[in-house]
Amino acid sequence: MRMMIILPFIGIIERETTMNVQKKISLKDRYRILTRGLDWETSYQPMGKVFPDVGFEGIKIRNWDDFNDPFRLTMDAYWRFQAEKERKLYAVLDSFSQNNGQTAITDGRYVNTLKLFLTGISPDEYMAHRGFAHVGRQIPNAGLRISAQMQALDELRHAQTQIHTIGQYNKHFSGLHSFRRMHDRVWYLSVPKSFFDDAVTAGPFEYMVAIGFSFEYVLTNLLFVPFMSGAAYNGDMATVTFGFSAQSDEARHMTLGLEAIKFILEQHEDNVPIVQHWIDKWFWRGYRVLTLVAMMMDFMLPRRIMSWKDAWDIYFNDAGGALFGDLARYGITLPKYVDVPAKEVNRLSTEAWSIFYQYTHAAAFHTWLPTDQEMDWLSASYGPDWDRLYRPRFLHWRQMEKEGHRYYNNALPQLCQVCQIPMAFTEPDDPTRVAFRDTVYRGERYHFCSDGCKNIFDHEPEKYVQAWLPVHQIFQGNCGGASLDQVLDWYGIEKGVDNMDYAGSPDERTWKEWEAMRGRVAG
Amino acid sequence: MPVKAIAPDYVGEVKDSVDRFHGNIVVYVNWVDHLMFCSALAFPLPPDMSFGSLLSDLLPQYYGLHPDWARIDWAQARWELDRQPFTPDLEKGLAANGVGHKSVLRFTTPGLTGIDGSCT
Amino acid sequence: MSNVSITLHNNDEARGLIAAIQKDNPNSVSHVYPGMVKIDCPDRIVIFRESVELEIGRSWTVNEIHLSLISLAGNVDEDDDYFAIHWNH
Repeated sequence: MRMMIILPFIGIIERETTMNVQKKISLKDRYRILTRGLDWETSYQPMGKVFPDVGFEGIKIRNWDDFNDPFRLTMDAYWRFQAEKERKLYAVLDSFSQNNGQTAITDGRYVNTLKLFLTGISPDEYMAHRGFAHVGRQIPNAGLRISAQMQALDELRHAQTQIHTIGQYNKHFSGLHSFRRMHDRVWYLSVPKSFFDDAVTAGPFEYMVAIGFSFEYVLTNLLFVPFMSGAAYNGDMATVTFGFSAQSDEARHMTLGLEAIKFILEQHEDNVPIVQHWIDKWFWRGYRVLTLVAMMMDFMLPRRIMSWKDAWDIYFNDAGGALFGDLARYGITLPKYVDVPAKEVNRLSTEAWSIFYQYTHAAAFHTWLPTDQEMDWLSASYGPDWDRLYRPRFLHWRQMEKEGHRYYNNALPQLCQVCQIPMAFTEPDDPTRVAFRDTVYRGERYHFCSDGCKNIFDHEPEKYVQAWLPVHQIFQGNCGGASLDQVLDWYGIEKGVDNMDYAGSPDERTWKEWEAMRGRVAG
Repeated sequence: MPVKAIAPDYVGEVKDSVDRFHGNIVVYVNWVDHLMFCSALAFPLPPDMSFGSLLSDLLPQYYGLHPDWARIDWAQARWELDRQPFTPDLEKGLAANGVGHKSVLRFTTPGLTGIDGSCT
Repeated sequence: MSNVSITLHNNDEARGLIAAIQKDNPNSVSHVYPGMVKIDCPDRIVIFRESVELEIGRSWTVNEIHLSLISLAGNVDEDDDYFAIHWNH
């Protein structure tokens, strides 16, 4: 039969074809047509100059065509499904806005999880977008490039939808007004910021393993699923909708991460130790960032969906265990230091919340002490050691509040050179001792919270000597001045509004007015 | 290999070298068994500040909030400087005591183990 | 033996899909959380297009799973007539 074929830039040509145009092309065939034969060997520039970033990491690829995306998603299907997801999300946002959904959440305290999310995570979605755009540009294979392009677009969508969704809350609550500036400047936001800065300054293969595999596959469930299910449990339908909408892309990202790592490992045995180190590194890096999530789950959600410990069991121990069983045939083992999170699991969120409670004056969200009921929940979740080690702490701080001397730590904390979290983590085998690790490199001393972070530094010291540590930057005079007020101004934190305890905050006043209004309607 | 980089001789900029702290050195202080202070405290200090002044003028402003602080018997206190046992000379300056840029000072106060023995 | 897992929205659109998975994978265990359903199953989960179509009473393309998917654990194999998740132990 004769068939018309449309060629971009050339026009329409007619030719004989044996193809039966009536029959639908199968999924596999459509994917093959999309991803094979699109590339060419360059002639007036060497390939190495066209793809300059693909060689320096030491990864050896024998045959790029071995890569296949099992979802076999074609561009037309991609756009159709993404458009559908957007339509659904924005319908929910409209309805949320029209029905004043912000008044239906469980408690005003809940909004503080959104502040942490918007300032800490959303700007990193944008960085993930840039990272995948870079991978797509640098990888000389159409299949991987298309998947990376889709993911780059997804990540951009996530940043946008998160900003739009949480923007609803910005009309009524503090701390959400300058998320972009805060992300670049505020001390604890340097934790997620430095994580992504580290990833996007790596080569394309490390980035794929770092974000595509270690973060997306191994850890992202711990970020999105319990947190978003928690949002649903706390009446925040807008957030749960963007969360699950984003997460539906993550399932594809996880699959890309897993396929990419299997592809790299199958190409050459020399790739195995390189990939293993990246898994070790990015597992640890990601786990440290998740400290903030542990704290959100255990201390910040007014109604808790599951403890950090439960989430770790379900999403790391169960799912991760099966995953590494799968990768064992390549010689890949569980990440180095994987035993440490299990040792820290009962105290991680408490150690984190204690940091923010004592530095509440410098934070862009509100803090509070757990109620008796909440402490009972923590003790039931984390066992008798929690009562022995941590209940006295919170009761003492409560007593100080009662006596009118709410506890603030007015000195700045020592930070870890790699994860940039205050060095508050205790020894894996002794929850009463702060863990200290250090290295001297080129005559300069560097400090770490853990063997995991030290190991990362020791592999690439020239990278991490450049860490922008917020505490040292304040001491150097690069953050607006030496006083707290000057630094807060420079951060974009409105004093007495964005920072300090929830009790007595404008947020609490707003929430109480809404409650009173509901009371009047009901009465 | 100190870094994996496109440029073979890549060298990073050391962001926290001592020359950037306006004549000060950064010193970290950790009071063992007192996790009410979540991390070691970081201070930019003149290297000639006497150790005695650190102890009597600086630290009480922060650690003084803890009920154990007033109970410390300093004769019993044990010190570590950069993970080595250490006996400070209170008259001498920090530098003369061997405290350098980004040194860690840890002290243990026997018998004092925080709020209700919780190491808080 | 390790579990594979798939997590789907707990909404009207996903209901037929969930029912089809449960029928076709009798060893699966479903956990209902706010907003979502997590289905675990030893070694593999297979979703057949026909089974889903039978549940929802209309034609369904396997690609449409993207609209209901929240998360998964396992290697994916997708074709015109089925969607499978498995481990290669």
